[in-house]
Order: sequence, then structure tokens, then C-alpha cells
Amino acid sequence: MELPLSALARGEWAYISRVGGKADMALRLEELGLMPGTRIACELVSPAGDPAAYRVRGALIALRRRDAETVTVVPSEGKQG
Amino acid sequence: MSRTPSIQRPGAEGRIVALAGNPNVGKSTLFNALTGLRQHTGNWPGKTVAVAQGEYVHRERRFLLVDLPGTYSLNAHSPEEEITRDFLCSGQADAAVVVCDATCLERSLIFALQVMESTPNVVLCINLLDEARNLGIEVDTATLSRQLQVPVVGTCAGRGEGLEELMDEVEYISHPKSTHRQKVAERTQEERTALAERCAGMAVSHKREDPLAGQRKLDRILTTRRTGIPLMLLALSVVLWLTVVAVNIPSQLLSDSLFAVGEVMRTALVAMGAAEWVIGLIVDGIYRVLAWVVGVMLPPMAVFFPMFTLLEDLGYLPRVAFVLDHAFHKAGACGKQSLTMCMGLGCNACGVTGCRIIDSPRERLIAILTNSLVPCNGRFPTLIALITLFFVGGEDDLLTSLGAAGMLLGVLVLGVGVTLLVSRLLSATVLRGMPSSFALELPPYRRPRVGQVVVRSVLDRTIFVLARAVAVAAPAGLVIWLCANVTVGSGTILAHITGVLDPLGRLMGLDGVILMAFLFGWPANEIVLPIMLMAYLSQGTLVEMGELESIGQLLREHGWNSLTALCTILFSLFHWPCSTTCLTIAKETGSAKWTALAVAVPTLVGVCLCTLVAAVGRLIL
Repeated sequence: MELPLSALARGEWAYISRVGGKADMALRLEELGLMPGTRIACELVSPAGDPAAYRVRGALIALRRRDAETVTVVPSEGKQG
Repeated sequence: MSRTPSIQRPGAEGRIVALAGNPNVGKSTLFNALTGLRQHTGNWPGKTVAVAQGEYVHRERRFLLVDLPGTYSLNAHSPEEEITRDFLCSGQADAAVVVCDATCLERSLIFALQVMESTPNVVLCINLLDEARNLGIEVDTATLSRQLQVPVVGTCAGRGEGLEELMDEVEYISHPKSTHRQKVAERTQEERTALAERCAGMAVSHKREDPLAGQRKLDRILTTRRTGIPLMLLALSVVLWLTVVAVNIPSQLLSDSLFAVGEVMRTALVAMGAAEWVIGLIVDGIYRVLAWVVGVMLPPMAVFFPMFTLLEDLGYLPRVAFVLDHAFHKAGACGKQSLTMCMGLGCNACGVTGCRIIDSPRERLIAILTNSLVPCNGRFPTLIALITLFFVGGEDDLLTSLGAAGMLLGVLVLGVGVTLLVSRLLSATVLRGMPSSFALELPPYRRPRVGQVVVRSVLDRTIFVLARAVAVAAPAGLVIWLCANVTVGSGTILAHITGVLDPLGRLMGLDGVILMAFLFGWPANEIVLPIMLMAYLSQGTLVEMGELESIGQLLREHGWNSLTALCTILFSLFHWPCSTTCLTIAKETGSAKWTALAVAVPTLVGVCLCTLVAAVGRLIL
């Protein structure tokens, strides 16, 4: 059951299956640790709903919805506290 | 391929050491802890990226440390990465220290592995151990070292722990006689990631099940819809209120003693038989402006800056960027502009330099051009004084200070609002383009060492303002005194200047003296009010200057009312950037066109807004 990263609810964990989008953004995301198989959670959502901040490899990265949409994930079990 | 400058070896036996690492790992803290004042920053040829070099002496050997820009990888699609990669590959460094974040080890290791493929002689520095300890995270450096086959040293740069051991390893590995180390064979990103995961898994142990729970809770409170923005405004209000309040006592003491000294000076000069004009020049001209800057303008600046630095060290500012990004996105700008805007609150020139964190040239220009639309440190005293005198005034009590802080908050919010509006306008006209991709890292909240930060910040700021007072305010006082006392034709030079400016001034709800003060105050914003007061004094009777009340009296005697004060406040907020900022903009943009626009934009906003408010005000009142 795949969905875009931007659809992940706050506190939900997922595994990345694909990083799409434009080449330079995809590369930057990869450098920040977002790769197929990486575990990622939606940790914060800003007041306007966009951007949201995601926990990945121990770091907290804020992404705009437009860019989070290019990442495809598969939800996993376990919720953040 | 960029040209890497050849770094000067410090002496025949000296060694060159490169410092590399991800952003936010405390690399600068480490660099500063080692090199202290023995460092200098420069731009490398053809780049606008600042690279700092500094010297450190360890066991009588000189080491030149090169602080490479923090990057996430060496893929070189940004100037920072190019510089880092080129320098590491050039082989000029005898050793490379990769600084890693103990709280975020996996990702730091991915970068470290990449560095190991570019250069031999790598030492891993696992920094922020105290932060990790607070989160219940332990890093086994011995295991890590075994796994990666490189020396690994744990440090806590903020406390100066582990630095000796680190430099020991650096010294050993950079020795020409040490084992012939090779660069590691190049790996794919997947291979690096897998290896980093494995090593981190073996070396890192968690004492707590969910180490980041506390951080997350705090973050949720500070960034959600219901509480995020109100708390931000509250935090800002507290900072502003403390600035207003903490100023009163020292300000009074300072003013009184400074003016007493002035009178002593006058008596002494009279006794020495100095000519009247000499006394006037020295005491009423130079010394008076200096006394005003130090007594009235310095205290708010010395109080605001440290508090701001504390907020910065706490890690709160990226959250501000996170909350405000949506507004900036809609204005066609970058969310990081809220960070540069915050920096501009401290000092506009610093804010402009800070715009380097914005990658897209278009968005960087928008940030640079709008930076002066928020009041800098030097304008705060003027704003506080005018607000207190004309809008909130009365007894020296809690209500007054709260009211003043509230109005100051309003002024700031206005500045932010206009920043967004002008950014939107620029995006739609001269700086058209698509919003760039935006990824902002939110580092963990850190507990700042309050005492140390406050003391250092207050000292730094005080010295800075004092130095600028001597370099800028004193000469300004001299010039104003001369203009006010040298007669040409039908009046003094000052009278001529203010006379010419008066019609435009009146249109804007100001007067000739106020406009003149803003013009002559171009070198530094904190001298605008002192210049204004001096000019008024030269036209009227002498008043016991030192108390805020007497300043109010002086202004009212020269026709000021609330409307005048309001327009002056607005113009203080929206006028041309100070000389330092203008120079910085010229340097950063390298373009006369954009610098001219950077001067024109806030000025136009100020002139239009003041004229409008003055017109409406005159109708109402």
C-alpha cells in the first residue's frame, strides 16, 4: 500500500520505496539520508499544514509538500510517542 | 573545477589539517575552541563562500586548521561542496578531521565514509557527546575505530573535552613517517549507507527507549497550529519587554555620570583658557554625541543581542523558519529568509551576509533586498525612546513597560508584514522565477550555557558599539557641531540643509531636522537620534540633557506631536540601509544595480508610508 510521503499522518512511521522528482532535489534528499529502504516518520506539521518535518536517520528534516510528494513510502507499524 | 588556493604551511614542520563535516555538528565550535582568536576568514578565489583558517599549537608543533564549509556530501553541486571536495582531493591537507554528531551518527558516518574515499589520513571526531549523554545515547569509539579502521576520538567541543586526544591522533596520523595510508576505494551511496548503518548499529547504544521523546514534545508545542505562532509572538514579546525594562536603570546611571563628566571637562577646559569655540566643539559637539550613544543607545543594544544569541543557541530559530515558511513560500521566497530576517534583527549587515544560506540566487537577492525592512539593533533605542515618550509614557511602571513592549512588537510585526509584501512584489516583477526546493534541517534543542553566552555577548556588543561610537559618532558630532556653528550667508550650514529638506520632511509628517538626521545617520543607525537632538539644541535653549523626559520636552518644543513621532518611527523602520549594510550588499551581490535597488526599496516604502500616514493623520487630528 504505497502513498506519497506528504500523505503520512503525524506520528506515523513508514519505509521509503522510491525517491522521484527532479534530479537535483532527489539527489539532495538522498544526501540527507532519504533512500529506498530508509525508515522515516512524520514528526511535525507546521500551522499552515505545509511544510512538515520528518525524522530520518536520527535527524529532523523539514520538507515542503510539493517535494514530499515526490517520495513514495509504505507505512509500517509503530507510532511515535 | 575550482581553483584551490595553495595554503601556506605554518613553518617547515607545520601541518595542514582540514576540518569537514555535516552542518550543525559543532564543527565551528571545535574550530573556535582550538584556534580562538588566531583565525581569519576569507573568501576563496571566485567563490562567495567564507572559509576560515586558524592556527593551533600542539606539543610545540604548529597546525593550520582549515574550516571547510559544512556539507551533506561531496557531490559538488553547490559552491560549498565544490570547495570541500576540491580541497580534500588536492592532497594539500596532511590530515582531515571529519566531525560527526553523536546524536545523529549514522548520517555523519555516511559523509565520513565519502571523505575517506577522497583523502587518506582521516580522523573521526565524534562531537556533541554531552548532548548525546543527555538523550541517553552512548557511542563506543573503540568499536567504531575497529570497524572503520581509522582513529576515532570522542569530544565535547563546547566544554573543551577531548581536544587534546583529538590533536594527538591528528599529529600521529599526519606524520610523514606514519604508515602509508591509502584512500579507501570508492563506494556507491548504497554501500556507504549500509556500512554506516552497520557501524552505527554496533557502536551506538541507547539507554532510553525513545531518546527523542522530550525533543518531540517540545517541538510539538512550539510548532503546531494552536500554539506555534502565539508562542513565537510571546517569546518575542518577552525578549522585547526585557530589553525595554532592563534598559531603564543602567541607562539613567550612565547618562547621569556621563553628563557629569562632560561638565567636568567643560570646567577644566575653561580653566585652561581654551577658546569658546574649542570648548563648544569638544564638549557640546563630539563628547555630547558620544555620551548619548553610550548612555542612551548602548544599553538596549547590549541587552537585546545576548538574548537573541541565547534563542539562537537554543536552536529555536530554525523552528521559526519552519512556522513562517508557508508565508514566505506564498511570497515566492525561501523559508530560510525568516532566518536571515531574524539575523537582521541583530544587525542588517550580518543578515545580508547570512543570506548565503539561501541557495537559489533569485531567492537570495529577495532576502538581501528586504533585509533592512526589519529594525536592526541600532534602531531599537530610537524606537523604544519615541514609543515611551509619545505613546506609552507616564510613570515608570509595569504597565508602561508592557505597553512599550507591545507597541514595539507591533512595529516588528509590521516590518515582517512589509517584508512579505515586498518579497511578493519582487517575485512578481524584477525577480521572477519558480520557488526552489526547500529542505531545512531542524537540529535538536540544546541547552545553552546561559552565563557564558550572556557575558560574552554583552562584552562583545559593548565593545563593538563603543568602538563604533568613537569611529563614527564622535566625527558625526564634530560635523554637526561645525554645521550648526559655521555661518554661510544668511544662516548656519545646518540651517541651510534643514531648510532645504523641510518641505519634503513636512510632507512626510517629519521636518527638515529629522530628515537631515537620518541622512547624516547613514554611517550607523544609533546616531540618528543623537544627531537630531543636537541639531534641535543648537537652535534653541540649552536643556538639562540626560533624562528621557527632557528629550521629550526638547522635541515637543520643536513642534513634535504624536503624529510626528509615529512618522519618525515608521521612517526609522523603512529607510535606506546603513553604510555598513550597503557595503555588504555591494560585496555580496557584486552588482551596482542590485545595491541601488536595495537602497531604493526601503526608502520608497518609507517615503510613501509616511506621506500616507501623515496625510491621514492630519485629516483625523
